[in-house]
Amino acid sequence: MKFENYMTVEFPSRSSNEAFARSAVACFAAQMDPTLEELGDIRTAVSEAVTNCIVHAYPDEYGLITLRCRILKDNILDIVVKDQGVGIEDIEKARKPMYTTGGNDRSGMGITIMESFMTSFELRSTPGKGTVVHMRRRIQKRK
Amino acid sequence: MHFTSFLDNGQLTVALTGEIDHHCAKSYIQTIAAKIEAYTPEVCILDFQEVTFVDSSGIAVVINALRAMAQIDGKLILSGICQQPMRVFRASGIDKLVEIKEAVS
Repeated sequence: MKFENYMTVEFPSRSSNEAFARSAVACFAAQMDPTLEELGDIRTAVSEAVTNCIVHAYPDEYGLITLRCRILKDNILDIVVKDQGVGIEDIEKARKPMYTTGGNDRSGMGITIMESFMTSFELRSTPGKGTVVHMRRRIQKRK
Repeated sequence: MHFTSFLDNGQLTVALTGEIDHHCAKSYIQTIAAKIEAYTPEVCILDFQEVTFVDSSGIAVVINALRAMAQIDGKLILSGICQQPMRVFRASGIDKLVEIKEAVS
């Protein structure tokens, strides 16, 4: 696929990296001249994806999270968040609003938010191998 | 975690600040719960004016505050919510569960 620019960062699944990850993507996306609302949506979706890796993929240890962003033609921001953690046994269940296997500091709305804030959202997971979140957001061209 | 709060006529206002994500959600939940427990207000207002970002962890913060207020038959109100947090609250439907005052958008 033809891309115009890209970046990849890797970091351990420490919760302090949630803020780092969403800021890194926001800085990268700035060159696409997004509105504040578009940027807010992207930051939120990245925060959800990375938090899922930290809470669910690596529940007992720190593991590697890979975050890749590409700018595709037609002003599309393509984001992949990948882990090598425990994976998701039942994706349908995980996607249900309000469903969570986390504690009472979780709301179970992470995937719902990613789905509604991004132009496309795809979740692939292999139990024992890891999970990949692939999402895209089209940035409106401003005149 | 420290938030400014004040009690006026049975009404507790807690002024939240910063970005609410999973990294800090627990301490927001605990701080708010401790204040509600200490003052047992009739109304608790969570002031979001200085909150620049929330993700789904922010929803959990609101739901926990809602539960804490329900336990003492009190009412929870959210106020001063900026654009990004408001989009998250709307997407999750929390705006239908709790009264929101002076939302920016």
